[in-house]
Amino acid sequence: MTHWIIAPVVLPAMLAPLLLLLRHDQTVQRILGLAGTAALLGLALVLLAISAEPQLYRLGDWPAPFGIVLVLDRLAALMLVLTALLALIVQVYAIATGWDRRGRHFHALYLFQLMGLNGAFLTGDLFNLFVFFEVLLIASYGLMVHGAGRDRLRAAIQYVAFNLIASTLFLFALGLIYAVTGTLNMADLAVKIAALPAGDHALIRVAAILLIGVFAIKGALVPLQFWLPGTYANAPGPVAALFAIMTKVGAYAILRTITLILPASSPAIGPLLTDLLLPAAGLTLLVGAIGTLGASTLPRLAALAAIASIGTLFIALAANTPQATAAGLYYMINSTLATAALFLIADQITARRSAALVSGPRLSGLHAALFFATAIAMAGLPPLSGFIGKLLVLDSLRDHAILWTLILFSSFLMILGFARAGSTLFWNTTDQATAKPEPAALAAIASLLALLLALTVFAGPVTGWLTLTAEGLHAPQPYIAANGLEAN
Amino acid sequence: MEILIAIAIGLLAACGLYLVLRQRTWPLIVGLSLMSYSVNLFLFASGRLAPGLPPIISKTATAYTDPLPQALVLTAIVISFGMTAVIVLMALGAWLTAGHDRTDMTANTAEGDDA
Repeated sequence: MTHWIIAPVVLPAMLAPLLLLLRHDQTVQRILGLAGTAALLGLALVLLAISAEPQLYRLGDWPAPFGIVLVLDRLAALMLVLTALLALIVQVYAIATGWDRRGRHFHALYLFQLMGLNGAFLTGDLFNLFVFFEVLLIASYGLMVHGAGRDRLRAAIQYVAFNLIASTLFLFALGLIYAVTGTLNMADLAVKIAALPAGDHALIRVAAILLIGVFAIKGALVPLQFWLPGTYANAPGPVAALFAIMTKVGAYAILRTITLILPASSPAIGPLLTDLLLPAAGLTLLVGAIGTLGASTLPRLAALAAIASIGTLFIALAANTPQATAAGLYYMINSTLATAALFLIADQITARRSAALVSGPRLSGLHAALFFATAIAMAGLPPLSGFIGKLLVLDSLRDHAILWTLILFSSFLMILGFARAGSTLFWNTTDQATAKPEPAALAAIASLLALLLALTVFAGPVTGWLTLTAEGLHAPQPYIAANGLEAN
Repeated sequence: MEILIAIAIGLLAACGLYLVLRQRTWPLIVGLSLMSYSVNLFLFASGRLAPGLPPIISKTATAYTDPLPQALVLTAIVISFGMTAVIVLMALGAWLTAGHDRTDMTANTAEGDDA
């Protein structure tokens, strides 16, 4: 049992209160905050190196299923690395643009947010997942209203209310699951639900729908996506970029649920969940793509493009084959980084002109180049990884003609949407000059794009590793055995 | 006993939902609190209702009730208390900056355009 597994949760949990004590010294806060995020990236890479076999960490040495456990497997390690990479770049951007000085506790909230994210990816216990969800949400509420402002506060109220209702539903689902099975440990649930007596099938089905519904709210799946555009469009730019990983928490939870806890192979569930998820995912993609065509402001365009990419991701996850899951994970890495880059470049542009997509002052060519590259990654055009991701997803869905049509058609719509927005922003200009580009901020955005480029160049090794990840997810016996439980 | 608890859970959830659908921040907050009370009762009932039995080991006890739901309820209460505090402060901030307590937004504020 290695103690490294709990470090990504403990480190921010210790560092954030320290930053609260140092609230009067912005420089020290910046240094410690950056150091903390960099250390998290180091930790995540260490864990990635040892994640080939599922590993268990027992809190307080209580054996599963009685105690709370953290489980490290390839998927958890991947999510940790992705989170830390994104967090580090976004934090550099926030410091470069001075966003972190518009409120007093940016870095402390940021670390609490990372603590919640890391915990949610590592935990092997459903109730603990709920607790970490709340940790990351309460930090995100604070980040959402960072810098205040009338519209931001009101958008935040809606966001908080929506998520509190989701949390209530999550608790109802947990209560039902506990009442039926008498356990909340994920591996134990996988064993118990597979062997449920027929009389309990209806109850566990209700709980399953509730659970998936809650995760779909977190992941912004149509028809539960209404909170996202208003929230993301009104959040501070760097915060919206960090939120790109928040929807992926929902995707992660759904993936865990349909592969481990409530798989299609268990008689109580069958194809129930995937039958619901697949059309919802297709609709999400369509709504997002049409939305990018109709968006009237740049932050909203970014939010709707994010919804479209979530749709593609969920299509791959809901197809529920190892190949589709691997493709979905590859697309997820691309979509997270590209969405974050899009929100950051949108923040750069809206700082220099009005957010509305109408004629405005002239922007520099650097902004145009970065926007163009990000749009290529988001819409899934060659040569960046978005194209490879979509290709892999299409390849894994060979016998779904409708989904093929949907993915290709929505890519076309997104290209149109981005072209319309780009030509208005950069060509339909007056002769007014705008403020000079901030090199450090643009370097942060460029480094996100560099990561996408690396993802493209190393697509072979990455997909090889992701295929192993997906196979491990679809054959969860080692994961269950790591918990010290026997699968029958 | 079961019928009483079930009615209480249903009533709390229904009243909570009604208040959440009002487009004012204060009823919204009260509604969210009522919903969290209903889910706390539900969690409590998920460990089976057994009156008069202790959840912790004692020398005089003849039988025990399930302690885990009680721990879950405690956690849920603490979390919902914290969340209520956060949303109260946010609602206060929104009311002070906007001058009214409506939770809905006009079309252009929802678009993220603060011009």
